[in-house]
Amino acid sequence: MHLYNLTLQPPTATTQAIVGNFSGARQQEIIISHGTRLELLRPDIQTGKMSTVIATDVFGSIRTLAAFRLTGGTKDYAIVGSDSGRIVILDYDPRTSSFVKLHQETFGKSGARRIVPGQYLATDPKGRSVMISAMEKAKLVYILNRDAAANLTISSPLEAHKNSAIIHHIVGLDVGFENPMYAALEVDYTESDQDPTGEAFNNAEKMLTYYELDLGLNHVVRKWSEPTDPRANLLVQVPGGQLASSDRFDGPSGVLICCEDHIIYRHMDAPQHRIPIPRRKHPLEDPTRGIIIVAAVMHKMKGAFFFLLQSEDGDLYKVTIEHEDEDVKSVKVKYFDTVPVASSLCILKSGFLFVAAEFGNHYLYQFQKLGDDDDEPEFSSTSYPSFGMADPTVPLPHAHFRPRALENLVIADEIESLDPILDSKVLNVLPNSDAPQIFAACGRGARSTFRTLRHGLEVEESVSSDLPGIPNAVWTTKRKEDDPYDSYIILSFVNGTLVLSIGETIEEVQDTGFLSSAPTLAVQQIGSDALLQVHPQGIRHVLADRRVNEWRSPPGKTIVSATTNKRQVVVALSSAELVYFELDLDGQLNEYQDRKAMGSTVLALSIGDVPEGRQRTPYLAVGCEDQTVRIISLDPETTLETISLQALTAPPSSICIADMLDASINKTQPTMFVNIGLQNGVLLRTVLDPINGQLTDTRTRFLGTRAIKLIRVQIQRNPAILALSSRSWLNYTHQNLMHFTPLIFENFDYAWSFSAELSPEGLIGIAGSTLRIFQIPKLGTKLKQDSIPLSYTPRKFITHPGNHYFYLIEGDHRVMGEDAANKRLDELRRQGKNVDDEMVNLPPEVFGRPKAPAGTWASCIRIIDPIEAKTVALIPLEGNEAAFSLAVVPFSARGGELHLVVGTAADTFLAPRSCSSGFIRTYKFTDDGAGLEFQHKTETDDVPLALMAFQGRLVAGVGKALRIYDIGKKKLLRKVENKTFSSAIVSLTTQGSRIIVADMQESISFAVYKPPENRLLIFADDSQPRWITAMTMVDYNTLAAGDRFGNVFVNRLDSKVSDQVDDDPTGAGILHEKGILMGAPHKTKMIAHYHVGDLITSIHKVSLVAGGREVLLYTGLHGTIGILVPFVSKEDVDFISTLEQHMRTEQSSLVGRDQLSFRGYYAPVKAVVDGDLCETYARLPGSKQSAIAGELDRTVGEVLKKLEQLRVTTSGF
Amino acid sequence: MSSELRYTANTQLEHLHARYTGTGHADLTKYDWLTHQHRDTLASIVGHPTLTSFLAIADGESIGRVKFEMTERMLQPCGPPPRKDDD
Repeated sequence: MHLYNLTLQPPTATTQAIVGNFSGARQQEIIISHGTRLELLRPDIQTGKMSTVIATDVFGSIRTLAAFRLTGGTKDYAIVGSDSGRIVILDYDPRTSSFVKLHQETFGKSGARRIVPGQYLATDPKGRSVMISAMEKAKLVYILNRDAAANLTISSPLEAHKNSAIIHHIVGLDVGFENPMYAALEVDYTESDQDPTGEAFNNAEKMLTYYELDLGLNHVVRKWSEPTDPRANLLVQVPGGQLASSDRFDGPSGVLICCEDHIIYRHMDAPQHRIPIPRRKHPLEDPTRGIIIVAAVMHKMKGAFFFLLQSEDGDLYKVTIEHEDEDVKSVKVKYFDTVPVASSLCILKSGFLFVAAEFGNHYLYQFQKLGDDDDEPEFSSTSYPSFGMADPTVPLPHAHFRPRALENLVIADEIESLDPILDSKVLNVLPNSDAPQIFAACGRGARSTFRTLRHGLEVEESVSSDLPGIPNAVWTTKRKEDDPYDSYIILSFVNGTLVLSIGETIEEVQDTGFLSSAPTLAVQQIGSDALLQVHPQGIRHVLADRRVNEWRSPPGKTIVSATTNKRQVVVALSSAELVYFELDLDGQLNEYQDRKAMGSTVLALSIGDVPEGRQRTPYLAVGCEDQTVRIISLDPETTLETISLQALTAPPSSICIADMLDASINKTQPTMFVNIGLQNGVLLRTVLDPINGQLTDTRTRFLGTRAIKLIRVQIQRNPAILALSSRSWLNYTHQNLMHFTPLIFENFDYAWSFSAELSPEGLIGIAGSTLRIFQIPKLGTKLKQDSIPLSYTPRKFITHPGNHYFYLIEGDHRVMGEDAANKRLDELRRQGKNVDDEMVNLPPEVFGRPKAPAGTWASCIRIIDPIEAKTVALIPLEGNEAAFSLAVVPFSARGGELHLVVGTAADTFLAPRSCSSGFIRTYKFTDDGAGLEFQHKTETDDVPLALMAFQGRLVAGVGKALRIYDIGKKKLLRKVENKTFSSAIVSLTTQGSRIIVADMQESISFAVYKPPENRLLIFADDSQPRWITAMTMVDYNTLAAGDRFGNVFVNRLDSKVSDQVDDDPTGAGILHEKGILMGAPHKTKMIAHYHVGDLITSIHKVSLVAGGREVLLYTGLHGTIGILVPFVSKEDVDFISTLEQHMRTEQSSLVGRDQLSFRGYYAPVKAVVDGDLCETYARLPGSKQSAIAGELDRTVGEVLKKLEQLRVTTSGF
Repeated sequence: MSSELRYTANTQLEHLHARYTGTGHADLTKYDWLTHQHRDTLASIVGHPTLTSFLAIADGESIGRVKFEMTERMLQPCGPPPRKDDD
């Protein structure tokens, strides 16, 4: 088996975001890291919308990012710390729209190791040097400078190591133009490692250490080191330094040390200031629990600066420092607003705040005000003795605030993110859909959602109106060439034409010069100010002064087909003749003297737009009934001569020539494509060679069951093609590459561009007797998401064999269930305590829920109707019980009646795993599955993490035990048990009497149930320890699984062993076989292995296109959706593997990680080709493309076609 | 890095041990080995974004908190060292 890995949806989680002028223009951009991917976003200051400029896979794991700018420069660079053992400086090149690696300095081994730098980055605010640090000991300082040609240079590293020091955070100090300094939070473990009494551990001090880079001596010294709060976790730079032009100090310099419950201002030889982190006064809050700051951002404005710090509850605090030159007078903090908990905060100079959420959608906020003059309580260090440092070991009294709705910020944009996907299912439940949907349980806590993902572009409808009849075509047209917007909508009916004018309202007009008593074949704004209508009897040329020149078709013949552009008109007559017209310089339409006889009825015609600065387009494509397409010259020398011919498999129904940019074919010039839609719903796309008119590089695609109509439209001022069949598709250029995506909307009979003042980039379509005007807002996205809100983190969900509902379990640790919370509140009220109802009723999806101690759970079972996209029923679990697994089981003891079985546990602790009792709850379905009726619950000794139906009974993985239960009157009855699993059973799957068991730490075991002896026996397992998170059976002997470290692999059992086990009726043979390597007697063989870079949360064997091959689809925690496609032939394997090899040498990773070693992170990659790497072939420069293609004995077109075919035929994406 | 290493022929070894923290040697105690293992694991968890997300979701804490607690735990992941039997 050989697999091809293809990412359908790259990860959407943001681990870090940085802001800077990366393109060197005035506008600020944001670079975000998706863990294994870098994306450059550009916010539009006018509209407040974010758009992706570029996104690239880096084939490595990004751990940290920093932006810096050389002194006096105008352009920011990005420094990347990754698992490559290298520091990389990236430059965004706006010309080629790509990241360029300027420097790559190796300093250590690859991998996220303890003492190899790459975890933390700190830059000098003046851009003179950078410090890169490991989790322990190692810190390297690089000096950055310019050479004579103003290129960025980087020095060799200077060491600032400190042995046995654990590093919590580092930051660059702002010291102006004095020697660069860095601050680090370090803890030394030497003494605690030696002291058996534990005294040294308890007294371990967290040190704030300053490192100074002496630029003169080229040396780093430990300048200053002082103990600080032992629970400090984060450092924030405070502005400092003096301007050369004035004596004024920008700020006092130093750092803010964010600790649990406190923020301390600290600087060398300066008094400290300490303030408490204000907290919410929630009646259910645990006052002993500390709060920490998880994200921080400093913003400098003219002559002032402030900080926004975010607590782990999502509350933003504004911190300001009052200072006189270098002396700090006070540090103040006040509540600002509440936004989702961020992994990074970025403030843009244009007044926006980008919140890269740690889970769920990311947001761009606009500042309304800076919280300067509101009545929020402000806490100042001056109101505490010795600025809050009277006794640093004693916490300051709690400061409180009231969270409220956004006051200082407003949401400007939202970027959808699937992160985290915790479970998924792939199936087709929606009516009128020919492709399956992906259902994903996403999100964390109260911001969780259940999302339906459909392949296609979202369509936003702005107008929908009913028409008197059923039109068969629609056009819009301007009146003059230089009109900004369209003036008329022309609708063609079977026996007439209706003209509507676009103004304040859309209304019918009569005096346009168009013939209204006949249907219309084509409409064109021609020349500078004339209009043209083609109808079966002739051509009407309506001049600007409403005079009409009419050309009549010869007697007995009608026009059957027509194509037009600004200067040319070609019509086909019923006698299979072509008539060609061209506009002369006086604006007269002249017929060419000859007519061309085609010999077969013409079904479709197309000419491209007139190229800029030219008189005419030289090629005409004609599709005839004899299943051919001919390219005919319109050149004055060879007018109407046939140049080339292409045979088709079915009669064509529509042809469209369009010049579109596709960087994989031509980087600079648009390519002329001839798109041919066939009557059987197949679309052919061929490239028309502009020199000789030959057709090359044909690609085919099945669009739907109806004959195709093709329409050339404008999307974002670029040509695009709408292809209408039983689904509507849009073929457009996005980020220089061609995309072909279905529209998620009603099917259209015809469509056209539509441009009016209110909708400059719209489209107009007719569906039956309805006229619709719509836009496509999110170009470039491939999956449309519809979501249903959930209450808690979703854990798992399943389908029902008899209905379309989903059954979902949700659970949150450290959250009190509604029932428990209400009881506690009642108790508080009874005790006479004041319960603040406003605080209690804050919407949890914005403010979260108060944190409860470990071992507290909130959980529920939810029934979802995916078609209506709503929750049908919600069953909360009480008594601190949380659901962990579920299954639908047809108990044969009850005549095969289906039951929902839910595995729960009460008072669960995670590490080490324990619970007061596990339960298996049994429910009956009511109301056709829309409701549940509780039957009974069965106690278990451990948490049941996996449940599955098995031969009319239930198999449960309860901790380390695998058990089969049958249903009883009051309880489930335990029938058989096997307790030899090593840590905990997390997943189960079955075929026949075989049960595949996935262990949390010890990979996968094959077990078999032997009914005659009632034995449950393990006969094979894996030789590698794997921390399984998801698995599925590929066939009876093969399974695919994902583990916690981001690997996906396929294991296969020897078919001989399989037969032998199946032939043994009682299992006595297996029972007496000797185990190998302290495990089962047989081992599975690993046949494929691949590191995805995201933690696999679910894996399915599905077919994504109707009639397509089955593929393995996986979802990742960070929002990845990918597929593994089995290759069908040996030639394909050889071809693609060779291509991958060439790509490895051509395309070096942006973070300096070797692609092969990244894909083989934990075990060497085996029998899987990296499709994401192969697809970057399309972005290579033309010379490299042809060099690689030459090595492969193919043309560039053939390579691209193969890659596209692999993607399209298996995923449809 | 005990004293006997100093007298072996391979005098570079001590230097290497000092340079590559976490490398084992013949006289490594069980406690030291375990502590190294835990520190390596904790550092690796903090260094891999998917693992911190995974733990944060399971535990109901923020990623920032998970990273902080993991780093804190690196100080003494396996409790205080065992008492040395004085000879």
